[in-house]
This record gives sequence, structure tokens and C-alpha cells, in this order.
Amino acid sequence: MTSRGFLPALPALVLLFAVFIFPVARMLGFSVEGGTLDWYAKALGEGLYLQVFWNTFEIALLVTAVCLLLGYPLGFLIATTTPVWATMGFIFILLPLWTSVLVRTYAWMVLLGRNGVFNRWLIDIGAISDPIPLLNSFTGVLIGMVHVLLPYMVLPIYGAVRRLDPALVSAAQGLGASTWRIFWRVYLPLTLPGIFAGGTIVFVLSLGFFITPALLGGGKVMMLAVLIEQQIHQTLNWPFAAALSAVLLALTIGVYSLAQAVTRQEAEP
Amino acid sequence: MGRRLLMVACAAIYVFLMLPLVVVFPISLSSAPYMQFPPPGFSTQWYERYLDDPQWINATIRSLYIGGATAVLALALGVPLAFSLVRGRFPGRALIDRLALAPLVVPTIILSVGLYGLFAKLKLIGEWYGLVVAHTVLALPFVVLVLVAGLRDFDTALEQAAEGLGASRLRTLRRVTLPLLRPSLVSAGLLAFISSFDELVVALFLAGPNMTLPKKMFDNILMEIDPTIAAVSVMQILLVSIVLVLIGRFGRGLRGSVR
Repeated sequence: MTSRGFLPALPALVLLFAVFIFPVARMLGFSVEGGTLDWYAKALGEGLYLQVFWNTFEIALLVTAVCLLLGYPLGFLIATTTPVWATMGFIFILLPLWTSVLVRTYAWMVLLGRNGVFNRWLIDIGAISDPIPLLNSFTGVLIGMVHVLLPYMVLPIYGAVRRLDPALVSAAQGLGASTWRIFWRVYLPLTLPGIFAGGTIVFVLSLGFFITPALLGGGKVMMLAVLIEQQIHQTLNWPFAAALSAVLLALTIGVYSLAQAVTRQEAEP
Repeated sequence: MGRRLLMVACAAIYVFLMLPLVVVFPISLSSAPYMQFPPPGFSTQWYERYLDDPQWINATIRSLYIGGATAVLALALGVPLAFSLVRGRFPGRALIDRLALAPLVVPTIILSVGLYGLFAKLKLIGEWYGLVVAHTVLALPFVVLVLVAGLRDFDTALEQAAEGLGASRLRTLRRVTLPLLRPSLVSAGLLAFISSFDELVVALFLAGPNMTLPKKMFDNILMEIDPTIAAVSVMQILLVSIVLVLIGRFGRGLRGSVR
């Protein structure tokens, strides 16, 4: 067997097996302890838990859609502006990206709370008379998650727009196409791989989100990761938490692999 | 015309992105005893409260050394791994590449629960090095992404020249390869540090009674939202800004660090 240069990878692989693969596999094993699939039946059969799966899916889809809507213009602008502005544009995307999720979630609590900045402002300008419940709501979770995940959408779209041959746009302009037509017929189809890559990563990361729904949902918006945490810390129901984790992991890997397979197929002539 | 509309839209989106980072500054300097906006007056009481509370300080120190140790370990394991992935020729390379990046995609809650079960059995809950190895798994993808990009751009002719002039392989590595990779190493190390310093979910399960800074913040947010958290948030944002400046100045490939 020719295996040149494998040895340097070994220490990292040992760590990944000992601290990643083994503990996760061991935990997932609890879900079928005693040789029954009862815990899976409970996770996928009872209305209460099906609702959590549905919530998680719904939120992930909505977050992905909103991120695309906001992320496309941003990625497009940074990719087509002057280098100085592009650097500025990047700084103000990377700064929130690397600020801790916890800090950002706390800030949203301050902004969205009953006596928070938004409600005070809306009351002051006379738009509403009583505070509207933004915190501990579906809307709150959505806003917080979009804020965390938006950069993951912007960066691949930026890359896709950069890779696009500007000659194609000039050609379309020369042939008299309007701005909108150029967008629909040139930019959009040619940047589809970037949209797809960004959409996949945002959707997959949304499925396993914990901090934002735990804090901004206030127990009213139940997502899978929050449910798993509760099963461990409050109910101490390891087999059920393991079954839920197995389903979440299968969903994550399934969506991710499917997206990669589609991308590969697109890439082939 | 279309361009101007785009710029207005993007300005609004940037306001959305930056608003949460900006809003904690006035609140951290508020004289009100509870969360109030706009602040009625100026005071540094929340910073003083942070500095006077040994719990906050201990949590900060613990997060700092866990982050530092994570950066060192992630570099020690991730750099050789990146070399293997770029320069090695062996079967299963694509699989190892996927495995190294998997912690980015696999939900952290799953890793946390798995490690919680294992570490409880091994009596490792609350040990700082338990958190370090767990955080290293999460930091490894950043190191690998940055270093693989750095090695792809690397001009191997320089190494051949060094060896041709009689330098040993070790000497070539020390005097040519690693110095040329320094920007990538700086970026990777700082990103690994920040990813650990900010990490909450794993810490929630593994830290036990020994608070890390994010866990202390999380507990405080759940109990009462007092502006001490705003003061801590401001310091965290400033730390991230400094790190980004350092990466911009001495590092490379921030854009490549996020796929």
C-alpha cells in the first residue's frame, strides 16, 4: 500500500475518534438499549414531539429564505464595488460573525424586550399603545437566528458573483437588456451554485440551533436542540435524548449529502 | 437607479447586522439600576461590578487559558493534518478531509451530549483539560481550512532550493516552510482561540461548577438581565475587534476561513 504522508494526520485522527466519533456513537447507542425501537417510535410518533420536528423544519426553512433575501444584495454589492468599499463591507460582516452568539442574543433581548428599545420607540412615535410581544416569540427567534446565520449566506454568494465573467454582463448590456433582465437572465442563473451552497449551510446549521431559540424563544418556541438539552438536564431521559439526537444527526447529514450530490451532478457536463 | 436602490437596501441590512453590537455600548455605561433605554445618565458601575466580582474574573481567566490551550492544541494537531491532506498521497484522504470538517456541520448539541455521557463516566466534568480537548475538536476545522488554503498557495520551489543547498528536512521546515506559513498560522491560532473563548453549548454540559465566561453569562441572562452583561459584551466585542485587526495585519485568508 502506498501511503506517503499519512503519519502527520494520525494525532488529529486519534483526537477525532476519541473525542468526537466514539462519544457520539456511544451516546447514539443508548437509543436502542434493550433492543427496542420504542424511543424512536415515541420521537416520531407522538404529536407533541412531531410538532417539535415540524417547528424546527419550519424555522430552518424560514431562516434560510430570509437569509437569502438579505444575503443576496449584500454579497452582490460587496462583489461588485470598489476594493476599499469591499473591505469595509467585509469588516462589518466578519465583526458580527465572530462576536459571540451569546452577546448578540443578549443584545436582541435588550432590543426586543417588553420595555426594550423597539417597543419604547414604537410607543414614542405613537405607532402602538401597548408593547408588542417580540421576545419569547417565533418572530424573536427568527430575527436572532437570521442575524447569526446571515454571514454564512453572504460569503458563498459573494464568491459566486466574483467568479462570474463580467464580459457576460457587458454583452447583455450591449444587446440592450434592462437592469432587471440582466439580473434575472445572467446573474441569478450563474450565481445559483453560490445560493445553493449558502442555503445548504444556513439550513443545516439552523436545524441544530440551540442558544438563540433557548434564550429568545423563552420556552414557547421549541426546537430539536432545546428539546434534547431538556431531556438531558431536566428529565434525565438519556435513551430518548439519544433517539432525538440520532434523528437530528440523520436529518443534518441527509440534507448535507443530498445538497453535495446535487452540486456534483450540476458540475458534471 | 437600480444601483442606488441596492445601496439603500444594503445600508439597511448593515444597520440590522450592527445594531445589536452597537446597542450594548450605551447600556453598559448606564446609571440606571436595571435595563433602561435610553440610559438616564452616565456611570461606570457595571464595569466596576464586573471587576469587583471574583466569579466574573475567575470565569474570564478560565476562558482565557482554555482558549489559549485550545489554540495551541488545535495548531499542534491541525497543522500536521493539513500537511497530510495537501501533500500526502494515501487512500482515504477525502474521507479524512470530511471527518476533519464534520464538527462544523454536526450540531454541537449532539457532540455535547455525547461527551457529557463519556466524561461523566470518566469523572472529567469540570476539568479544564476536558473542555480543551472538546473545544479542540470544534476548532480543528478552522485550522484545517486556513492551513489547507495556505499550503495550496505555497511555492514548493523554495523548499526544494533549501534542500538543494544542503539543509536537512527539519531545518527546511523550521527555517523556510513554517516562517512562510506564519500568516496562516496566526489566523488559524486566533480563530481557534476565539471559537473556544465564545463557546457555550459544550461548556454548558462539561464545565460543571467551574464557570467559563460564556456559561456565566448564560446563567446571568437566565436569572436577571442586569447591565453587567452589557459591560462584558462590550469587552467581548472589543476583544473580537482586536483579534480581527491582528488577523488583518499579521494573518491571511479571513475570507477563506469561512466557507
